[in-house]
Amino acid sequence: MNLLAAVLPWAASAFMIALLLSGWRLLRGPTLADRILALDSLYVNSVALLILIGMYFDTDVHFEAALIIAMMGFVSTVALAKYLLRGDIIE
Amino acid sequence: MRDLPILLDVVLALLVVTGSLFALVGAYGLAKLQDFLKRLHGPTKAGSVGVGAVLLASIGYSAVAGRASLHELLIALFVFMTAPVAAHLLVKAAAHVDPRLRPPVGPPVRETAREDE
Repeated sequence: MNLLAAVLPWAASAFMIALLLSGWRLLRGPTLADRILALDSLYVNSVALLILIGMYFDTDVHFEAALIIAMMGFVSTVALAKYLLRGDIIE
Repeated sequence: MRDLPILLDVVLALLVVTGSLFALVGAYGLAKLQDFLKRLHGPTKAGSVGVGAVLLASIGYSAVAGRASLHELLIALFVFMTAPVAAHLLVKAAAHVDPRLRPPVGPPVRETAREDE
């Protein structure tokens, strides 16, 4: 009996529900900052989901994708917040 | 999946379950709470813990699988370094747009007047 293999689909579905809730806030959120926060949450949760998939299929391929998503997510969050702060990204 | 030692199996399963529950609670807080400053707490703290626990489990799993690497540690370090910075920038941006979110200005108000000074 492999406990981790039994648990991984449930954890992945919990992360998918988290993605759905973040997506709901992304569509709904009253202010622009709410939408940026929801987008940031989407990035972080999808990184975790990719790593779970990499564990489930026992491959090493997904880590690069997760790393790229983590880096690009941070850069885009900073760019969008800068846009809200300054009205311009590259001054 | 490959077969793991029973103790490591239980520990990794616990880490994965803990991480997913934290991420779920964080996202639920993001969807449920009322104003922006409350909603900020969910994904920036609980979400970071969730991803951190999943990354720890992945480190343990890949160490057993014989391809121990620093990828997961790199991602974990990156997430834990960038999440507070992103949250700080988001608060600054939100306070810039909405003046009601700004902290009060001026000298701090004394809560009780002291007689002996």
